[in-house]
Amino acid sequence: MVRLEARTSTPAWFNLALPLLAIGATLILCSGLIALAGAGVAEAYGVMFSASLGDSYAITETLVRATPMIFTGLAVAVAFRAKFWNIGAEGQLLAGAVASCAVGAIPMPGLLAMFLMALAGAAAGAAVALVPATLRVKFKVDDVVSSLLLNSVIFYALMALIEGPWKDSFSGYPISPPIEDSANFPVLLEGTRLHLGVVAALIAAPLIWFLIARTTLGFRIRVTGENPEAARYGGIHVERVLISTALLSGALAGLAGVGEVGGVHFQVMSDISPGYGYSGIVVAMLARLNPLGVVPAAIFLAAVMTGAEAMSRATGVPAFLSDVIQGTALLAMLVALLFTAYRLRRVGAAR
Amino acid sequence: MSALFEQIFQVGFLAAIIRIATPLAFATLGEMFSERAGVLNLGIEGIMLLSAMTGFTATSLSGSLWLGVLVAVLTGMLMGALHALFTVALGLSQHVCGIGVTLFSSGLAYFLYRLIFGQQSVPPSIKGFQTLPIPVLSDIPVLGPAVFNQFSLVYMAIIAIPLAAFVLYRTPWGLSVRMVGENPRAADSAGVGVIATRFQAVILGGALMGLAGAFLSMAQFNAFTFGVVSGRGWVAIALVVFGRWDPWRSAGAALLFAFVDALQLRMQASGLGHIPYEAFLMLPFIFTIVAMAVMSRNAVAPSALLKPFRREER
Repeated sequence: MVRLEARTSTPAWFNLALPLLAIGATLILCSGLIALAGAGVAEAYGVMFSASLGDSYAITETLVRATPMIFTGLAVAVAFRAKFWNIGAEGQLLAGAVASCAVGAIPMPGLLAMFLMALAGAAAGAAVALVPATLRVKFKVDDVVSSLLLNSVIFYALMALIEGPWKDSFSGYPISPPIEDSANFPVLLEGTRLHLGVVAALIAAPLIWFLIARTTLGFRIRVTGENPEAARYGGIHVERVLISTALLSGALAGLAGVGEVGGVHFQVMSDISPGYGYSGIVVAMLARLNPLGVVPAAIFLAAVMTGAEAMSRATGVPAFLSDVIQGTALLAMLVALLFTAYRLRRVGAAR
Repeated sequence: MSALFEQIFQVGFLAAIIRIATPLAFATLGEMFSERAGVLNLGIEGIMLLSAMTGFTATSLSGSLWLGVLVAVLTGMLMGALHALFTVALGLSQHVCGIGVTLFSSGLAYFLYRLIFGQQSVPPSIKGFQTLPIPVLSDIPVLGPAVFNQFSLVYMAIIAIPLAAFVLYRTPWGLSVRMVGENPRAADSAGVGVIATRFQAVILGGALMGLAGAFLSMAQFNAFTFGVVSGRGWVAIALVVFGRWDPWRSAGAALLFAFVDALQLRMQASGLGHIPYEAFLMLPFIFTIVAMAVMSRNAVAPSALLKPFRREER
């Protein structure tokens, strides 16, 4: 007989073992789809790996791709820590992209432009996140639904801009005018796309970790998430913490948009984000809401996305496999998290 | 102004409202059953998308519309069962599982569609449902052509609303659903199988979401595109809140939303050219958010919503 038993604490190696377990299960489950598409499983995964992590150029491409997901992953991790259910990172990213693009198009010295782009993008993302937080605090509106609905509103606002005042009058394409050349984020490695934003993301993760783990605000965020009643009893203004969390979370998601504009696209178009906001949820859960774990989790998803395109070209398996992998990984991780709450214990038959 | 008024309010406009409301009514009723049993299903967006895809594919390959509908419903039930497995049987976070189900279902829909149909410049289409006028009733002035000259799936939605109310309020199973959503502990003591009832409600909800998806790809658009659902699932979740978890009010909320949506479509078409059309597309979403803010204060959600039930934990 085996039975479930409640667990009071989890060993530290779980933080690494559970995501690996979830990822392993995901790759096994999704191999069925590869086989269904008539390709060799080992070959498909092999191509995926070598195209995303197999050589130094591929690694830089994967890092570039991971950058927006590090930011959205941090945004979601911070929000979920306070149980502020921010599913709106996608819209906040788009708002950040639009704001930074508007600022980047103004001629000014490069460093100043980059600084103001980051500031504007973070502010725009924070402003968008403020809406569901305020609605929840003041009107008891479910934050999941309002932040989800807001994603559509922001997307249409972006479309209105790029099909309206920002439309490329020369080509007629719905693309914004490019930002000033001097505002383009510097490339750190000659011959790659590794830009300043990548470093910013890699620095942001430990900073956010420090903020959550070691500062008063971080403490308040954690307590509010774990036990709002106790937080209130302990003199924490829960509503104010939720608003602060939303601002921080939205700003981080906005920065994801800034990096895409300043370092990758240099303009705004309708498909500037292939769902990086939603991927942020997967990243944050794989990281167990730990800001340090967000980096490897984002790199994993980025590798899957980059690799899936190469795999599709080589084997004909649709690149949408990466979307299935993301969804499966999220669900697998949730199941794996059961091991943190319960343990399987052998129970003697004669008891 | 009066010309615009007349252009907007005509039989075609009423018919458009009914047509837009139909998938929303199915989806909203589906979400309502799930939530009344205590399970928020954020998988709805993905479930609708996957059902739209499987239904379309089944029809496209077999030529039978009703087989497509059946496949869509079964798909919805299957994905509902998956969501119930995670949230009811395993008691995992309903928020995150729902997002997971949506990501998974959407990814699977894209993947399978591309696998089956390949990359085509013109997306394949089917001969979808045709309008089916109901004798006598369709001759009623104004109301007749608007309501009784519709797709058969529309009639199913019209029947589904009182049926849902009857099932929820007048049958023993409906009582069980409401009990496990309000007070699972008491329901358990009264001999109601909490886990089983929740599973059934979420699966029934999935079936209705499947119908919503089938309507979109087989009656409204007659094709499957990646944007075929485009937020309608999220809207349905808001409509459940707006409709205070009641079948009649939820259906009313769907009608109201459809009115706003039909209005924005007409306004787009009626020469208000200086306003970008995206402003109209945004309108229903902003309307829904505002409506939730107005309604949420006195909205009473099922008490056990979001709370997993474990018998041994007392």
